Amino acid sequence: MIEIKDLHKSYKMGSNSLHVLKGINFSAEEGELVAIMGSSGSGKSTLLNILGMLDGADSGEYNLDNVPIRDLNETKAAQYRNKFLGFIFQSFNLINYKSALENVALPLYYQKVNRKVRQEKALKYLEQVGLKDWATHLPSELSGGQKQRVAIARAMAAEPKVLLADEPTGALDSTTSYEVMDLIQKINDAGNTILVVTHEEDIAHMCKRIVHLKDGVIVEDKKIEQVRAAQYV
Amino acid sequence: MWLFDRDLWVEIFHTLGQNLFRTFLTMLGVIFAMIILVLLLGSSNGMSNGFNKVFAGTASNSLFVWGQSTSEPYKGFERGRRIRYKIEDAELIKKQIPEIEVLAPRIELGSHRGVVTVYRKGQTSGSSVYGDYPEIDNITKKRLVEGRFLNQTDIDDSKKVCVIGEETYKLLFEKGEKAIGQDIRINGVFFSVVGIFKPNNNINIDGENAVFIPFTTFQKAFNSGDRMGWMAISVEPNTKVVVVENEIKEILKKKYDIHPKDERAIGSFDMSEIFNNITAFTTVLKGFSFFVGIFTLLAGVIAISNILLITVKERTKEIGVRRALGATPKVVKRQIVVEAIVLTAFAGLIGFAIAVGFLAIADSLWGSGDDFPFVKPMVSVPQFVISFILMVGLSVLIGLIPANRAIRVRPIEALREE
Repeated sequence: MIEIKDLHKSYKMGSNSLHVLKGINFSAEEGELVAIMGSSGSGKSTLLNILGMLDGADSGEYNLDNVPIRDLNETKAAQYRNKFLGFIFQSFNLINYKSALENVALPLYYQKVNRKVRQEKALKYLEQVGLKDWATHLPSELSGGQKQRVAIARAMAAEPKVLLADEPTGALDSTTSYEVMDLIQKINDAGNTILVVTHEEDIAHMCKRIVHLKDGVIVEDKKIEQVRAAQYV
Repeated sequence: MWLFDRDLWVEIFHTLGQNLFRTFLTMLGVIFAMIILVLLLGSSNGMSNGFNKVFAGTASNSLFVWGQSTSEPYKGFERGRRIRYKIEDAELIKKQIPEIEVLAPRIELGSHRGVVTVYRKGQTSGSSVYGDYPEIDNITKKRLVEGRFLNQTDIDDSKKVCVIGEETYKLLFEKGEKAIGQDIRINGVFFSVVGIFKPNNNINIDGENAVFIPFTTFQKAFNSGDRMGWMAISVEPNTKVVVVENEIKEILKKKYDIHPKDERAIGSFDMSEIFNNITAFTTVLKGFSFFVGIFTLLAGVIAISNILLITVKERTKEIGVRRALGATPKVVKRQIVVEAIVLTAFAGLIGFAIAVGFLAIADSLWGSGDDFPFVKPMVSVPQFVISFILMVGLSVLIGLIPANRAIRVRPIEALREE
């Protein structure tokens, strides 16, 4: 599903150049649930941004579902993001003046799905995350966990190939974190490919594979025994 | 078609409605600008209409020709010779210059602008007395208060009828007295009044105290033979009056042995010159109003652009999220430009409605044009359409500034912003 070969990325900081990714080789099969770990500055967010086509690599190959991702202009990148990727952010990033339903329907709007179908689909995904009754509520009326669940529903709405979660539990207490992880596991159980960036060990262990990044290189890549989040909920 | 995309409009009205007070303040600039533009245009239209009313009834492409005294000796004639036209000159000129539409010969009793005593039952008035053809009415229209103007039968039968001015009526008749059918006496000859006219309030060639009688009657009654005093001439719409004027002068100079360089022998007055001056004046006025108005409008639209820039800055994160979810730069741009258009168009319409209200009030107060030239101050449909299109066009151009700002921030940076 995801294939990365010898990926390099450096940032210019004034006259200095900061080499953030120093040759990353990584691949993920369909249906995997991968945790990307590393301390701050390890390059894990940069990697996720490149995977999310929010940022471009300096060199290296990136194939997503056998589509080579390179030389993207903003329009193309936006279309690919919409088609291939679902984002889950640490700070939820819901649009605060839109109801939960409208937030979930937003990616479908950019896919030019007609309004009625959009709402039906959005409602279906809200139901999946258990928030059907909250459809008309604004994000400000939801708890943190609920917001993240809306965000997950939104990420799923466009039926992407890969879900990218950047510290999805970073802003949540541990109980809520486990609820969110439980949801992510269930989505993964249904066959979706998910990449989770986290620095929390317990969250990482709820995935099926852990990739450790340090100073821009992968230092460890191992399959693990998944800890089900449901037992903590 | 995105224009009918409900979500686009929902989103636009939502963002605009989020900070109603600010939206309103933003629009204020354009509202005032539109008011100024429409008031300026409307007022200059009103003035233009006012001038047209002043000149209503006088053919704009007309001239008047009369005889004066020569100022150059020529062919044995001394200078200071009085030029007296004959009625045949009218035919001659008409035949030679096909561009002439109407040529109305006139003869005046006494000297030019002279006064003749008119009697009626012991009352007298010192009036100008003209022998005229009915065609004169096509050049200087008489506003008839009562009765009719001279007609062809009067000419053919040399009827002893007359049309008198309101001023003359006041001098000769009691207030409210019926004048039609009554006789007045001029130089011992009786004329029956058939009409009373009111002078055109601003352009006055004949004077207010005047008596018109048929040309042929004049000839017989006052024994003027084939003499002709002056000619009122109107030319075809696309012909320059000054050209015809020179042609007429040439014909007359040749016929009456006037020195070709003699500028004083033939008196003439080109009516179109006044019209051209006034038309030029009102055109410049309108142009100036438009110019000022459009720049005011530009200032208003720039204010909108400014506020949108601030809004875009505030919404950086939201725009980042949208782009991460698949909004292409085009979609983001479109939304902001449409916001600019909606704000401008809405504000423009409000301003337009207010200004039209003002103009309507001004119209009802001073629009009659009696005191000064100001009639029906209003903007025309094309003027409105042009300013509206210009305004919307400007808003698109100006809206592109915040729109481009919005997409210049890369989604990754926008998302990072907390």
